[in-house]
Amino acid sequence: MSDLIAVAERQLLSPGGLATRDLDGVFARLMGPSIDAADLYFQHSRSESWVLEDGIVKDGSHSIEQGVGVRALSGEKAGFAYSDEIVLPALVEAATSARAIARAGSNGVGKPLAIASARALYAPVDPIDSLSNEAKIAVLREVDAACRAADPRVKQVIVSLAAAVDTVLIAHSDGTLAADVRPLVRMNVQVIAEANGRRESGSSGGGGRYTFPELLENGRAHAFAREAVRTALVNLDAVPAPAGNMPVVLGPGWPGVLLHEAIGHGFEGDFNRKETSAFAGMLGEKVAADGVTVVDDGTLAARRGSLSIDDEGTPTNCTVLVENGVMKGYMQDKLNARLMGQRSTGNGRRESFAHLPMPRMTNTYMLPGERDPGEIIASVKRGLYAVNFGGGQVDITNGKFTFSASEAYLIEDGKVTRPVKGATLIGSGADVLKRVSMIGNDLKLDEGVGVCGKDGQSVPVGVGQPTLKIDGMTVGGTAA
Amino acid sequence: MNAIVTDKDTSSADLDRLAAIAEDVVRLARAKGASEADAAASVDLGLAVGVRLGEVETVERTRDRGVSVTVYFGKRKGSASTADLDPKSIEQTVEHACAIARHTEEDPANGLADPALLATTIPELDLWHPWDITPEEAIRLGIEIEEAGRSHDPRIDNSDGASVQVGASLTAYANTLGFVGTERGTSHTLSVALIAEDAAGMQRDYWYDSVRRASDFASAASIGRKAAERTVARLGARRLSTRDCPVLFVPEVARSLVGHFLSAASGGALYRRASFLVDHVGKALFPRWMQIVERPHIPRGHGSTAFDSEGVATRDSDLVRDGVLARYILGSYSARKLGLQSTGNAGGVQNIVVQPGSDDLPALLRRMGTGLLVTELMGQGVSLVTGDYSRGATGFWVENGEIAYPVEEITIAGNLRDMYANVVAVGRDVDPRSHILTGSILLERMTVAGE
Repeated sequence: MSDLIAVAERQLLSPGGLATRDLDGVFARLMGPSIDAADLYFQHSRSESWVLEDGIVKDGSHSIEQGVGVRALSGEKAGFAYSDEIVLPALVEAATSARAIARAGSNGVGKPLAIASARALYAPVDPIDSLSNEAKIAVLREVDAACRAADPRVKQVIVSLAAAVDTVLIAHSDGTLAADVRPLVRMNVQVIAEANGRRESGSSGGGGRYTFPELLENGRAHAFAREAVRTALVNLDAVPAPAGNMPVVLGPGWPGVLLHEAIGHGFEGDFNRKETSAFAGMLGEKVAADGVTVVDDGTLAARRGSLSIDDEGTPTNCTVLVENGVMKGYMQDKLNARLMGQRSTGNGRRESFAHLPMPRMTNTYMLPGERDPGEIIASVKRGLYAVNFGGGQVDITNGKFTFSASEAYLIEDGKVTRPVKGATLIGSGADVLKRVSMIGNDLKLDEGVGVCGKDGQSVPVGVGQPTLKIDGMTVGGTAA
Repeated sequence: MNAIVTDKDTSSADLDRLAAIAEDVVRLARAKGASEADAAASVDLGLAVGVRLGEVETVERTRDRGVSVTVYFGKRKGSASTADLDPKSIEQTVEHACAIARHTEEDPANGLADPALLATTIPELDLWHPWDITPEEAIRLGIEIEEAGRSHDPRIDNSDGASVQVGASLTAYANTLGFVGTERGTSHTLSVALIAEDAAGMQRDYWYDSVRRASDFASAASIGRKAAERTVARLGARRLSTRDCPVLFVPEVARSLVGHFLSAASGGALYRRASFLVDHVGKALFPRWMQIVERPHIPRGHGSTAFDSEGVATRDSDLVRDGVLARYILGSYSARKLGLQSTGNAGGVQNIVVQPGSDDLPALLRRMGTGLLVTELMGQGVSLVTGDYSRGATGFWVENGEIAYPVEEITIAGNLRDMYANVVAVGRDVDPRSHILTGSILLERMTVAGE
């Protein structure tokens, strides 16, 4: 960790003539009457992306952002200001602005900063430079060619490669001094296939906190190409989805977006402190069927949703949300943990220095059961088998959530039959997980494409689950 | 650059400074060998105050700056951006863009806008109305809004808080054709979300107002009251059995139906053949009485602008005339890809006006008779490639023109092509809070899935 601090100090503080020892002085200005806590979040982000379309690499872009966010907390109140200049006068101005929230009361004092330790879940590398530009372009062309060669019905291919590295330095009045260098890469493939006047799209992709060579290992780029083409072709044959309540079998991996929406958000500390979540006050109660165990795990090595430390400097955890059907815990940041008399679970995240942190998910998944996936499908007389999804959404307060299938099939007499068009599934978080009747032995995590939005802030996340059977869910198709 | 919170409005000088930066960037790009280039520089300033249960919760000061540059080496293109306006960072940014353009391939559609289309006169659009409100005043206003809602009905027993947001943005655009343009605009929002509870559980709903000029706001009391009415109206919501029925979208959700049309008619989706409106110009899409017009110069309009993000002059123009798709929505790149001319829509549409009908909401309910009134939509189940539509919905079941009871946890599904062709009526209850100006929209029939 001290190496990371040195790296972050060099990147973030030195150019403006600052050092970590100057931060105690900033805290001296930030803390004071009625300020319970305060933090500084320094960030430098560099990102690059390349796009191939119409068979040519037509666009690339590069972006740099940096700045410092200053937050002062007083009870439930947060004063916040940020600056894109990391120099002492700007820091002092932001600190003055942030602490204006508090006027009177007890006297908060900052603890001296001490370097916090955490295990590293990824290498502190800049993935942008992990592959030459020539090689990135060669990869894009290769994927394009693979998609087009796969089937003559493929008419359009869009491939993108993106990489980013975030260097952060976090200082908190509780004495935390922590730093992190966070690489993130991603490849996306989208194809449009046409046949008989009908057009459909299919997409695929993945990534994580590593370098391009690691992303491209084991022919993964070609696998993305095959998957995007396969999905588009399947959809060309899709018939209208059924409408109504029926048994739904969800495939493993990305369909775990179910958990993210159905219970994940409802288990975030802020909504429970404010008692605006449908799950407020239900700790220890049964919220899911027997056998359902769901965790939020930020500690998985190199995954897209993982972090060595959260954006408040707390090492991430594997937090049990539901254990054998019983609600076990919340996801907390420091503010909500303090107000609820709990400890931060390392879920304090923010989109950037220009945003306030709040409790957010990392990688949210359900542990496997014992059923064979084939046996689960065979148990359904008539229902939907949904294997891939677009996004989802939840109303925290009444617990209603949706998620939209992008690849699904009918199950008829225990067999997967025809592909059906995309349809939105809707349910109630407190209800749907009680209807889980079979849990597969095939836990899979997603490929690394998730983005979660909350209060206008986006952060990368992961999801996962084994094959699941839900006894009844509303499927929003158009067929009788 | 603190136009919002100081007495002195420095925005004119700030705009000049941004224009100088954009011009410098373009010059620098030329010096580094680019045959063409354009650049945009911007500053966004804001204050956001959140209150909850009568107490301040957050006070945020925001200032976001940025410079973006696109360079062309012949028909090869590269882009870069930075949030650091320091000359050294800007030079590095230009170099990054040039480095990328060395690796991208020639695309005949690349390049700046047609010089003949660039804006030459800049109409006054009345977009600049800084709101000199202090954080203390904003806190008081937020509390007033929230209190108006909380005191409106005893079933309101919790709150997600009220917010007061003040915003101002300054932008400058320059290109190597000699175009330099600046624009400034303010945008302010008041909102509140409340929670009501009964034996069946909790419901949340919200209301907001959004304006260019603070004196145009609805009263704090009316915003709070409306949020409260909407929230308690959801208590006791039921599900519906699966059925086909007419569906009426209130203006704030009708907007999304228009939005899907705009996305599908946009050049980017069309040249990729990722739209159900490929080859649809000149074809009937809506009923013959339906008119949709783009009007970029509405004073204080949310989407008003004199020129698009390439400097092309914006002008009033039909999108749908007598139900027929009159044109696509194009910037220079997508226009060239399609062999057409830019419609002044680089960066998106400006104000879109769906011609209102004569019915207000009660009249539309009577016209629908029995069916679903949708007040909220959830999820992303819309495919622009096929037009297939399936989204979660919340609203009210309507019988004989009267609201019968609230409904939730249902989906509505159809295909946008059929939905557009079967618009029965557009209301006169136009929602002014967006750049898409539409009243309620009544559709003949959709599939509702529920229990």
